[in-house]
Amino acid sequence: MAKYTLKINGKPRQIDVDPATPMLWVLRDHLDMPGTKYGCGIAQCGACTVHLNGTAVRSCQLPVSAVGNEEITTIEGLSDNGDHPVQKAWLEHDVAQCGYCQTGQIMTAAALLKINPTPTDEDIEAGMSGNICRCGTYLRIREAVKTAAKN
Amino acid sequence: MENLKTKYNRRSFLKSSALAGGGLMLSASWFASAKAAEKIDALNLPEHWNELTAYIKITPDNVVKILCPNPEFGQNVMTSLPMIIAEELDVDWKNVVVEMGPHDNLKLGPQFTGGSNSVRMYWKPLREAGAAARQMLREAAAQTWSLPLGEITTKAGVLYHPGTKMSGKYGDFAEKAATMPVPKDIKLKEARDFSIVRKSKKNVEGQKIVTGKPLFGLDYRADGMLIAMIQHPPAFGMKLKSFDAAETLKMPGIKDVFSLKLYEDGFEQGGFDTRTFNDLLVTVGKTTWEVMNARKKLQVQWEPIGDTKETMAGRSGKQEVVIPAGLESTTTQMEKMQEYAQKPAQQLRKDGDPEAAFRNAAVVIERTYTAPFLAHNCMEPMNFFADVTPERAVVAGPLQAPGWAEPTLSKLLNLPPEKIEIQMTRMGGGFGRRAYPQFMYEAALISQKMKSPIKLIYSREDDMTYGIYRPMYTATYRAALDANKNLIGFHVNGGGIPENPVHANRFPAGAVDNYLAEGWQIPSNITIGAFRAPRSNFNAAAEQSFLDEVAEAMGKDPIEMRLELLERAAKNPVGKNNDYDAARYAGVLKLVRDKSGWNGGKDGKYSRGVAAYFCHNSYAAHVVDMVTRNGEPYVERVFSAVDCGVVVNPDAAVNMVQGAVVDGIGNAFYGGLVHKDGAVQQTNFDKYRLIRNQEAPKSIEVHFVQNDLDPTGLGEPPFPPVFGAVANALYKTTGKRHYQQPFKSESASS
Repeated sequence: MAKYTLKINGKPRQIDVDPATPMLWVLRDHLDMPGTKYGCGIAQCGACTVHLNGTAVRSCQLPVSAVGNEEITTIEGLSDNGDHPVQKAWLEHDVAQCGYCQTGQIMTAAALLKINPTPTDEDIEAGMSGNICRCGTYLRIREAVKTAAKN
Repeated sequence: MENLKTKYNRRSFLKSSALAGGGLMLSASWFASAKAAEKIDALNLPEHWNELTAYIKITPDNVVKILCPNPEFGQNVMTSLPMIIAEELDVDWKNVVVEMGPHDNLKLGPQFTGGSNSVRMYWKPLREAGAAARQMLREAAAQTWSLPLGEITTKAGVLYHPGTKMSGKYGDFAEKAATMPVPKDIKLKEARDFSIVRKSKKNVEGQKIVTGKPLFGLDYRADGMLIAMIQHPPAFGMKLKSFDAAETLKMPGIKDVFSLKLYEDGFEQGGFDTRTFNDLLVTVGKTTWEVMNARKKLQVQWEPIGDTKETMAGRSGKQEVVIPAGLESTTTQMEKMQEYAQKPAQQLRKDGDPEAAFRNAAVVIERTYTAPFLAHNCMEPMNFFADVTPERAVVAGPLQAPGWAEPTLSKLLNLPPEKIEIQMTRMGGGFGRRAYPQFMYEAALISQKMKSPIKLIYSREDDMTYGIYRPMYTATYRAALDANKNLIGFHVNGGGIPENPVHANRFPAGAVDNYLAEGWQIPSNITIGAFRAPRSNFNAAAEQSFLDEVAEAMGKDPIEMRLELLERAAKNPVGKNNDYDAARYAGVLKLVRDKSGWNGGKDGKYSRGVAAYFCHNSYAAHVVDMVTRNGEPYVERVFSAVDCGVVVNPDAAVNMVQGAVVDGIGNAFYGGLVHKDGAVQQTNFDKYRLIRNQEAPKSIEVHFVQNDLDPTGLGEPPFPPVFGAVANALYKTTGKRHYQQPFKSESASS
């Protein structure tokens, strides 16, 4: 076990865990932040996507010991009031069916738009293909990313 | 009504309220620890609600709370079912708060999500509940104002007496209305007067979903809760022999390792109590990661299991079912299916003289189709929370049919049902998988043994390899054509491991003079269950591909050929037990033909495939437009037509049809589970390919047949015909017929 002070959603958070613990489980089990989802544990589905210094990463493959002073943003910290342009676009297009994968989709989309504010259709499809939606809401995900890009 | 004022009970519900029409969040969490972080309720969530029927509560401030009776797994019932109540209650949707109901079959009905049943089974009861409550409010106003009931009208949550211009909000009369007897035989609205139903409403949980609020079973937490995981045998046909947990117990955070039996010998299982493995090897610890790691250190010996007997509750009493021993492999399963397909089968339906028709045919077309086991792969793996004490049990999690699970849970825990509280969390997908409550029983038994609240979690690998799968199927179709290329005989012989897929009374039964349907099954120890449109999801693939081939041999357009058969079935049906309405079936084909501009198998750059199917009392047809992209077949555009009667929430219905199309394309191209010596070979998403964003079509245009018929199924019906349409488009694209699913692995191997 080891003690860490992490910067999560702009606040310092202290934890005492096994250094190999993936951030996914630090967030979910130790910090009670369940918006980041467990889907596969092997970086195949994207449900656990968070931002590490603004870049989308799979928190299931990010050991807590590798985080250091870098800034982690989770869905809980993406916006103060759930009003990030991507979140608003997701509501406008009523994207979700079961909703389980959508926080990961939103985190991937928000990071994508940060590095590429005017993505082409191909950019969106390629950029969002690491996130599986078992309900098949991909068409709405694309439309929501386009709407968010406009705002 | 005995309970005039119902105190808002914080214990018995999931506190998941949100304003339906707006974005305001009410205090909304079962997490004690998360309460402080919640936004303050803008409406001052009232302490007192006046209950008008089991589904409706109204506050003096005119906030209307509607309970959703059915578990939510993405079919959007938390929005559509309350819409039905709000329609007849006549309230402003903006003032509606929706909350998942408690599990209470006596008050809230069957509470079963599956079989595309939610809207169709609740359509009438919920309309009646809304209309009854409206009538009670009118009665209350009539009495208060001393005016005749017949002169009291309502509009959007306000009561009026036009003659005197008196008016008052529902909230002003709710307390009095709650004392009125619930009226019977109330007149319901005419479909033309609907103002909420048929108008798209956003998902009432949308805001919570996009902000990552705890909604799902996996998010459930309680003080002192431990995490449990089960190590299951490496293969079907194996069982636990012995284990050594010394190393595991030394790992940090680990509380206990033990084995327990799910069902004792002779235990009478309910119809959905399918068990994968009966001997559970359980590791319990403080956190998920610790348990995941520690269980890798278990030293376990497994051994083959012999034939086993299960005692199932059947319609006519107890039934002994023998589960055969053996370590099955896909190759031997295929051989066995081929062998069984040659044996005499059980006759399911016979019209005319099919033997003579085939004997006298000028042309006989015979084709055999196969499809593999499929894993459900819900994005949220199976899990359940349980807190069991000698006095009571609280269980919470994602389950499609809590009412079916309760009797077994009661027997397993030796607690009467009234001491059991089942909370229904939002489900991260279901697709049939969560109709089988084994994981809930496991959680409850583990909690009982640990004397602690626990949450059982399946890893993705557990979920995929410890599943209740879509069966493996095959079917051989034969068509007899006379010298004029008329279809004079039709024969299907279908079977599977371990069930027969054939729906003998569906199209083209009823449209062909000489018809024979037969089926067979091979017992297996691989557990199977419902998967989005059970059996139909294979039949539509095979039969609709076959009809495409028959149409070609007849020299006819595939849509026109089907329409001719359907016209025959409508005007002069063969046999009496035809399940489908031939006119409605033809209706979706005509609609998709017109909307897609169908003019045969080509449209510019597109190769086109068409298919239609009837199931769950609804009709769906698709035209799939395929291109070759980077050397691979790609479905770029889809047109869909659906007849499911009244569409309650149109935009959400479109979403569901689009999702079914994407799901169908994905499973048709990639889906499949392979067994080797009983072991599932696909253990996670690196080996089990699911369709991804860039593989989904560019557009899926969805059209509904407009009619005022009572709603029928929607979650499942659009799914099965996707397989057939994809197969038929593939033929037009590649020039080759595809008989074996998944299609992409076949094209890779050939």
